Amino acid sequence: MLLIPCPWCGPRDEPEFTYGGEPAVRPGPAADISDAQWGGYLYMRGNDKGPHREIWCHSFGCGQWFVLERDTVTHAIFSARKP
Amino acid sequence: MTARRLDAAGVIDRARALQFSWDGRPLTGFVGDTLASALLANNVRIVGRSFKYHRPRGIFGAWAEEPNAIVDVENGDSQEPDARATVVELREGMAARGVNARPDVAHDRYAAIDWLHRFLPAGFYYKTFFPDWHRYEPRIRAMAGLGRVATTPDARRFETRSAACDLLVVGAGAAGLAAARAASGAGLSVILADDRIAPGGSLRWRDGMIDDQPAAAWAAATAEALAAQGVRVMPHTTVFGAYDHTTFGLLERRSTAAVGWSEDRLWHVRARRAVLATGAIERPLVFPDNDRPGVMSADAVLQYLRLYAVLPGTRAVVATNNDSAYAVAVALRLAGAEVTIAEARADIPPAARAAFDRDIRVLAGSTVLGVIGRDGVRMVDLGPADARSAREATLRVAADLVAISGGWSPAVHLHSQSGGKLRWDAATAAFVPVAPRPDHDLAGGADLAAALVSGHEAGCAAARMLDRACTLAPPRAEPTAPQAAPRALWRVPIRGARQWVDLQNDVTTRDIALAARENYSSVEHLKRYTTLGMATDQGKTSNVNGLAVLAEETGRAIAEVGTTTFRPPYTPVTLGAVAGMRHGALYSPWRRLPAHAEHVALDADMRDYGSWFRPACYPRTGETVPQAIRREAMAVRGGVGVFDGSSLGKIMVCGADAAQFLNIVYYTEIANLKPGHIRYALLLRETGVVQDDGVVARLAPDRYLLSPSSSHTQSVLAHLEAWRQTECPTLRVAMHDVTAAWATFVVAGPRSRDILAPLTDIDLSPSALPHMALSQGRICGVAGRIARVSFSGERSYEVSVRSGYAVAMWRRLLQAGTAHGITPYGVESASLLRAEKGYILIGVDTDGLTLPGDLGMSSPLRTKQVDFVGRRSLLMPDARRPDRRQFIGLLPEDASDVPAVGAHAVTRGQDGRLRSIGWVTSACHSPALDRSIALGMVERGRGLAQAGAELELFHLGRVSRARACPPMFYDPAGTRLHD
Repeated sequence: MLLIPCPWCGPRDEPEFTYGGEPAVRPGPAADISDAQWGGYLYMRGNDKGPHREIWCHSFGCGQWFVLERDTVTHAIFSARKP
Repeated sequence: MTARRLDAAGVIDRARALQFSWDGRPLTGFVGDTLASALLANNVRIVGRSFKYHRPRGIFGAWAEEPNAIVDVENGDSQEPDARATVVELREGMAARGVNARPDVAHDRYAAIDWLHRFLPAGFYYKTFFPDWHRYEPRIRAMAGLGRVATTPDARRFETRSAACDLLVVGAGAAGLAAARAASGAGLSVILADDRIAPGGSLRWRDGMIDDQPAAAWAAATAEALAAQGVRVMPHTTVFGAYDHTTFGLLERRSTAAVGWSEDRLWHVRARRAVLATGAIERPLVFPDNDRPGVMSADAVLQYLRLYAVLPGTRAVVATNNDSAYAVAVALRLAGAEVTIAEARADIPPAARAAFDRDIRVLAGSTVLGVIGRDGVRMVDLGPADARSAREATLRVAADLVAISGGWSPAVHLHSQSGGKLRWDAATAAFVPVAPRPDHDLAGGADLAAALVSGHEAGCAAARMLDRACTLAPPRAEPTAPQAAPRALWRVPIRGARQWVDLQNDVTTRDIALAARENYSSVEHLKRYTTLGMATDQGKTSNVNGLAVLAEETGRAIAEVGTTTFRPPYTPVTLGAVAGMRHGALYSPWRRLPAHAEHVALDADMRDYGSWFRPACYPRTGETVPQAIRREAMAVRGGVGVFDGSSLGKIMVCGADAAQFLNIVYYTEIANLKPGHIRYALLLRETGVVQDDGVVARLAPDRYLLSPSSSHTQSVLAHLEAWRQTECPTLRVAMHDVTAAWATFVVAGPRSRDILAPLTDIDLSPSALPHMALSQGRICGVAGRIARVSFSGERSYEVSVRSGYAVAMWRRLLQAGTAHGITPYGVESASLLRAEKGYILIGVDTDGLTLPGDLGMSSPLRTKQVDFVGRRSLLMPDARRPDRRQFIGLLPEDASDVPAVGAHAVTRGQDGRLRSIGWVTSACHSPALDRSIALGMVERGRGLAQAGAELELFHLGRVSRARACPPMFYDPAGTRLHD
């Protein structure tokens, strides 16, 4: 069970949070982008081994989304930032 | 008679006898006994049958390492299958039974399987029964397996708890107590957990003096003092798992005397640091027929003697390769047993002096070469430890007990679980941690004085890491003479003899040799091929011996072979404890409607609808559920009905940019909706898939009220919040869930206006409040809203008032409608009414692939200018495929036959085989049409519906026919809605 430092509430247990995965920047406008670009935005993620940038929501707390940097091997947390 | 209870000593309470039974035989034990010690005291030798060969097995260990004594335990109205008898506290009335045997373990008719052992090597089942496994499986399954799972609910009560502390000390032996003492003295908050019934570890049965006190007394006094100064001392609590960020899973067993509310408790402990002082587990020696009842771990023998005053045998052979067994031999001698020691080392170690002092015979360079006695040891052949044949035996002694010690394996499970690495240490012949994990300190040692110092230092180290200073002096024990190095002896090199490595899984040295010959030379492959180290004991006694034999067979060093990964749990955890209180009514607590009591008073058929507990319908006396649904639906079509729609989601969205925001997140155009009006809208995911539908009402230019489906409100709100925060952070908009604040009653039917008009100051005339409009005012004197929306196809008003008025409003509506025959209708009746209108239910008629175009709603994609959520996905090639499944109606050929939901629409290919082109999503008998109707998703469905095509429906081998039609069976023009 991770101990996640919510940037607003401080360190809290993992069950209070919702995982949002690796953030993807929404490309646009829709008319100007290719199918491949859109498919990449929807589905393609790096799934990196090691340091990993991801978004989490403190659902059962302040309800805020934030960016977390975490090592996917050791599960060490490097930073949690307000957006 | 061989094993017996001694007249004095032990921690048992001889004044309190307990009656229990073993395989139906009444026996007596004492308070303080484990089931195993009580069985031994009653000279029960065979307690189990081995997993594969059905060989008789006796008690081997004294605690969690026990591989043999797997039994079913019944305590009053609770049953525990496959319990290890060594960890079960004896209770009055306990009924224990052996497993994996018919009729019982003492007379197992499957015992003959052992004669066939030559034909049943490792991998036998895979090799013999493949590829026709399914044919043999039922018979093999019937023979395999251990205990019987209870078929009645478990009467025990479980609980889950959380705790946090500075330091968790795992193990309350010499090292753990010293660590907790040092850390607590430095001001840390400490939890001290130990899996044994009382703290002290081996101090409770091994000799020694600490701070001028006998070790056992020091342990008890220290634990008591620690508890007094605020340490949470948790005996009988197994730390079974080490998880991320210094979280630990603990199973506390409180079975002694029903302490308070619950029995087993599962703890999640979040510690800042941990000291692992988990001690070591004694390894067996491996020799021919080493699985016979009466062959026991030497340390376990000492525990039975000292803790439970049980002498497991009167003529003992003690076989060892290290110094620790000498104390056992001496204790056996003092208890009156005859003892012979087989010392594997060629040189008699200094520790043997104590044995010589008691006139115990010590045979150097010797070990056990054979055991005679099928159901229990009768004689033992001793000979040189490097013998290559049983004929090299030099001495046959009569014996009923073989106490064996093959060295000690540190219990590195938690270290390994948390990612710690291990290395082979040849000097102690054991796998030891390379270095502690960053949040851990490790403590322990084979020598008492060293263990105390190690524990004290670990406690101080933890204190230093947490910025506290350690002030206490370490506890002191007299240093003992250095121990002689153990002799690595992994088996007797007699070829052909059956020597057991894993007693629980019936794995012999021959199985390992076979695996090596078949090139399963990786330790992980060995484990899977032979099942070595699996099941409940997880290789506690067998792991290292197995690796060592594999190393010998493959000509490698043990360090090269390596070890398997330890995974949680350390010992089995009762599933009930994992569930805790989350079962029955507390599994997923129901949300109740604010007028819940009124529905109950009307004898509503209450059911669970996605966390809401709602009326399905209101059957009258003598009426079946389908009859009630039909009556209620007809009342709405013909007169008037009232429906409690309070569970419908209500999300308030406010702010200057609310319109702009909703236009981005909704598929349907929202921005041009005028205040006082309502629009049906779809919400998509970014993949274009329909996530939810519902109506959006604009209360004011900057205020919207969304009505998501009852069970989707939370997920819709989370979805909108995510978009607001991540993609639209500059928009001035806020939203919150007001579902619980409002009660909503739907008054539907041709006579709905007649009932409502006298109750409110809101003008209900069609010109003032047309379909899809909303007005605020007073209803029965209280402030509220009336929205004209319909899910039934009839003229319909949704009356919303503060939920505190729910009961009063419900009663007033029923009262006002009495003259008009107002009929309460439930969820099932409402669902039938909507099916007649072809209105979709998200998640029922749609699935995770449904796009809005599939539902016939494609105009926003053409006309809306905004880059709304999911827009680009609707332009992808897959979204534009002409053969997508589309939402249609189905009229079964047989008007009395209601097709099954899930029935497939099929076509016949060239080869005559059926191919599914879609399926039925909703079906019912329509009272309005007096025939069966269905809705479904079918490939190219709209074309089929326009053509009125005949379709074949296939369900469980039965084929029926239906005609495709537009998904609207009743009042397609909508005149009743707008009336």
